[in-house]
Amino acid sequence: MNLLVCISKTPDTTSKISFDATGTRLIEEGVQFIMNPYDEWYALVRALELKEKFGGQVHVVHVGTSNSEMIMRKALAIGADAAFRVDKEPLDSMDTANQLAAFAKTKNYDIVFLGKETIDHNGSEMGAMLAALLNLPFISYANHLELDGTKATLDVEIEGGIEVLEVNVPFVISAAKGMAEQRIPNMKGIMDAKKKPLEVIEAIPSIQKVGISRFEQPPVKTSVRMIDPSNIDELVTVLKEDLKII
Amino acid sequence: MILVFVEHIDFQPKKSSLEALNFANSLSTIDSGEVKAIYLGTRELSINLGVFGVKEVYHIDCEHNCGSDQIAAVLSDAIGKLSPKYFMLSHSSLGKTIAGQIAVKSGMGLISGAVGVVKEEKVKFRKTVFSGKAYAYYGFNENGGIVTVVPNSISAESSSNELAQYSTLNLTIPQSQIRSVEKKLVKGKTPLAEATIVVSAGRGMKDPSNWGMIDELADLLGATTACSRPVADVGWRPHHEHVGQTGIAIRPNVYIAIGISGAIQHLAGVNNSRNIIVINKDPEAPFFKAADYGICGDLFEVVPKLNEAIRKAKSV
Repeated sequence: MNLLVCISKTPDTTSKISFDATGTRLIEEGVQFIMNPYDEWYALVRALELKEKFGGQVHVVHVGTSNSEMIMRKALAIGADAAFRVDKEPLDSMDTANQLAAFAKTKNYDIVFLGKETIDHNGSEMGAMLAALLNLPFISYANHLELDGTKATLDVEIEGGIEVLEVNVPFVISAAKGMAEQRIPNMKGIMDAKKKPLEVIEAIPSIQKVGISRFEQPPVKTSVRMIDPSNIDELVTVLKEDLKII
Repeated sequence: MILVFVEHIDFQPKKSSLEALNFANSLSTIDSGEVKAIYLGTRELSINLGVFGVKEVYHIDCEHNCGSDQIAAVLSDAIGKLSPKYFMLSHSSLGKTIAGQIAVKSGMGLISGAVGVVKEEKVKFRKTVFSGKAYAYYGFNENGGIVTVVPNSISAESSSNELAQYSTLNLTIPQSQIRSVEKKLVKGKTPLAEATIVVSAGRGMKDPSNWGMIDELADLLGATTACSRPVADVGWRPHHEHVGQTGIAIRPNVYIAIGISGAIQHLAGVNNSRNIIVINKDPEAPFFKAADYGICGDLFEVVPKLNEAIRKAKSV
């Protein structure tokens, strides 16, 4: 079983997000960058579990500059067998998808995993684009995956519940919470990771389709209006008069 | 022309798709083009979409529930045939599954998760990024593209008395490679992502047996219930109720947080709610900084009193 996990680099959830005076650039000083949690906790760990059960290899691939090697070493420390970095600062999500697809086509993967979204752009675009470029079925927002031979059974999150789907390998899957439990790399894993291959791949040419012209911070909340617990009718008035939900 | 994909449940258009139509109407006022709609099914929808400003409605005949791969393929073909400048759809679970596939198949650019549109030197779509901590303005390099619209970011009210023309689009639906085994849906409640009022509770509830007052408050307000991560993780509440960074991201009109401290991971999923009401006994709870209204008090006293007062207000 050959499994590919696409990983992305994002600012840590707790990082303070601020922009330069023109509003076009994220101020990266003081921002801690991490492997996107959905890619790490759910996609990568479920891939490793499947490898442990059925044998095979887990590869990770990332599109980015050498600044990203830290997250790739972490993926290797958690248990991936080999890491591949397409050497490019992507222009947009379609560029990333094109780079990932060009790489995936050079190997023969049974399942291509990624997280349900990145916690910076929150777009949920990559899996669908990648599946279409690879001409494979796409299962999104899966929180459970079982494999029986070549047949996979998956629980996916839909509005108001869960849908159970079946699909045969090969396919592309985006992973949500519940798919697996986070693994913390141990010392042996960290040592082994230093000896594992981290290959740099040349990017293919690509054109930009979408661009960000500027960022903006949301308006700061004006201070909270505190209501005394002994005066609950004041809150009822708010619900009725201001919010109009009673 | 702006073409909007309308999802429906038994021919009743989904609220999030009606919002996408209204978003398309806003876009049509700042960029050229009529709004047209497209859906899959053999019958007419329960609403004539003319009341949402739609001039023409196309439907693609299909007898059964199509798989997402079939829908992506057939909508890409429809785009090829109709050549819209913009193709819009809801940022729903189906929308998120197919938008990227359609972008590849049609060759159009994709901006997913839009919450607004503005005209600057070019048309820009506003979306929330960094899990609610900032907005970004995205534009297409080419002329038009695909846009998914976040539920609850625009009204779902109709604005016209016009009637739209219906016509059938003859397209071949390919075989699906994905089989739907079953859907397990929570009955009777508005799904969290679409809910306009959400009542949410956390560890401050102390025990799952105490949730009766939360359900009661939700029933009184017609709200959907939610919870914080810790209480879903220990199994006090089902996982599908979990809102926050790793759970569902929501943007209701009113979010009532009870016994939730407001960790940054929780705020990341709820900070786009229009009005936040926090009930917590800890005056230092970080949630008060993100709240519009706060009650600092013991929830076991405040919530039953609130339920009683709402019941009284409703009976007047």
